[in-house]
Amino acid sequence: MSGPNVLEVRGLSARIAGQEVVHDVSFEVPASGVTAVLGRNGVGKTSTLRAILGLVERSGEVLLDGVRVDGERTDRIVRRGVGYVPEDREVFAGLTVSENLRLAERRAGSGGSRAARSGTTAHGTTPARRELVDALFPDLVKRAGQRAGTLSGGQQQMVSLARALLNDNRILLVDEPTKGLAPRIVTEVAETLATAARTVPVLLVEQNLQVVERLAERVVVIDAGRVVHTGPARELLDDPELVQRLLGVSAGSAGETGVAR
Amino acid sequence: MSTVILLLATGLGLGGLYFLVASGLSLIYGLMGVLNFAHGSFLTLGAFVGLAAGNLVGAGTWGGLLLGLLVGALTGAAAATATELGLIRPLYNRHIEQVLVTVGLSLATVALFEGIWGPNPRNVTRTDWLASTTDVLGAHVPNTAFLNVLAAAAVLGGIVAFLRYTRYGLIIRAGVENRAMVTALGIDVRQAFTLVFAVGGAAAGLGGVLATQSLNYVSPHMGASLLIFAFIVTVIGGMGSLTGAAVASVVVAVLQQLANFYLNNTGDLIVVLLLALVLLVRPSGLMGRPA
Repeated sequence: MSGPNVLEVRGLSARIAGQEVVHDVSFEVPASGVTAVLGRNGVGKTSTLRAILGLVERSGEVLLDGVRVDGERTDRIVRRGVGYVPEDREVFAGLTVSENLRLAERRAGSGGSRAARSGTTAHGTTPARRELVDALFPDLVKRAGQRAGTLSGGQQQMVSLARALLNDNRILLVDEPTKGLAPRIVTEVAETLATAARTVPVLLVEQNLQVVERLAERVVVIDAGRVVHTGPARELLDDPELVQRLLGVSAGSAGETGVAR
Repeated sequence: MSTVILLLATGLGLGGLYFLVASGLSLIYGLMGVLNFAHGSFLTLGAFVGLAAGNLVGAGTWGGLLLGLLVGALTGAAAATATELGLIRPLYNRHIEQVLVTVGLSLATVALFEGIWGPNPRNVTRTDWLASTTDVLGAHVPNTAFLNVLAAAAVLGGIVAFLRYTRYGLIIRAGVENRAMVTALGIDVRQAFTLVFAVGGAAAGLGGVLATQSLNYVSPHMGASLLIFAFIVTVIGGMGSLTGAAVASVVVAVLQQLANFYLNNTGDLIVVLLLALVLLVRPSGLMGRPA
C-alpha cells in the first residue's frame, strides 16, 4: 500500500544514554523526490534518522507506507525497504569492497512465510539494481577485492551509497553524505543521489546548502531537537534572513564547495 | 635439549586445549560483547557426556574416542545454543546482566555436575597410544599433545573457512566490527549470535573430551580451571581476534610450561605477569582492535 507519503514521523522522541536529544518531532516524506533535514551541528538530525530506524531508544510513531514500524527491530524495518547511508560511512573496514556489497544484498522475498505473516515486504536486490550500482560506481568494480578500510573517504562513501542502492528500497535515509569530502567528490556524490532520487524517495541530512539546493524539493529544519520549519526548499533558500535565523549561516556562504547544477 | 623439546611439545598440546576454549570466548565477545563465564561448563558437560557416549562403544578404544569427541562437541553446541536462546537473548543489549547470568550459570552447573557425577575426579580409560609417548629427538612427548594440536589446528582451519567462505561468516566478521550497522543492512544479527555460541560451545565440548585424555581424568571442575587460562589467552590475543587467540594460546601455554620447569613452578604467576604487561603496553591485546 502506498499513499502520498512514504514515511510519516509523528511525535518522535529519541534518547541517548538516557538523555532526550530529539523531542516530539513530526514530519512527512513524500513518495518521490528528496526531503532534506537541515539544522546546525548537534541539533538532533542524525539522532532523528537513527530513531526512525530504531538504532537509538525512541518513542512516538514511525509509519512506512502507512504501516506503523516503530515497534519493530531495526533489521525488520530495513527489510521493509529502507536503505541507510550512515554518517561517517560506516563501511566494514576489514571486509573487501565486494564483501561489503555482498553483505548488503537482500534476497527479494527473503524471510519466506515468516515475512509474509509479519507483513514484511522484502525489497531485495535485483539484477537491475546490481547493474545500476556497477554503472554508478565503476571504480568499486575495479576495487572489488580491496579492503574497504584502505579506500579514500570518497571511495568509502561510494561503498556506503552502493550498499543502499543495491536493493529495491521504498526510501533511502542518507546522513551527511558529503561530509569531509573534496569538492569534486561532493559533486559526484550529489550526482549519484540525484540519479537515485529519480527512482526512490530520499530523506537527506545535509549541511552543504549547495547540495541541498541541487537535490532537495522540501526541507525540514531541526533546532535543539525540535522541528522549527518545514516547507519547500526553494522557499527557505531564497530567504537569506530565514536561512540565517534557522541555520546560522548565510545562504551564499553555507555551501563550502561547488556543486554542478 | 630433549627437555626443551618436551616442554615445547607439551606446551603446544596445552595451547591446543586453551585455544579450543578461547576461540569460542573470543568470537562471542567480539560479536556480542558478552564475557561468557559459563563457557567452562560447556567444556565440562561435553567431557562427561562425550565420555559416557564413548564408553557405550568401548572405553579405551578409538571408536569410543571418536564417538566421544563427536558427542562432546554436539553436547557443547547444544548447551551453548540453549544458553544463548534461553538466558542471553532475553537480556539483549544488557551486557552486565548477561555477564552476571553466565557467572550464575557457571556456579550452578558446577554444583549440578557435582550432584550428578560426584565432586571428585574420575580416572578415564585411554587408548594405548594416547596413554603412551613418542620419542622426538630424545624427548618422550605424550601422544595426547599431538592429538590436541591436531584438533586445535582442525578447529582453527574450520572456523577460519567458515568465517571466510560462508554468508554467516561474513555476517560475523562484519558484526565484530560494527554490529549496529549489520542490523541497519536488514540482517537479523541474533541468528549470528546463536551460531557463534553454538560454534564456541562445540569447540569447548571437543576440548572437554580432549582434556580428559591429557589429564587422564574427568572432573566437574575441569572447565572452570581451563576457563581462567582461556580468558587470559583471549585478553592477551585481543578480544574478538581468532588469530590472536591462536597465537596467545601457544605463547601462554609454552611460557607456562617453561616457567614451571625452569622457574620453580611459577608458570601461573608468569602468565598473570604477562597478562599485566600486555594490558599495560597494549591494552587491546596482541591482535585486537584498539578501543
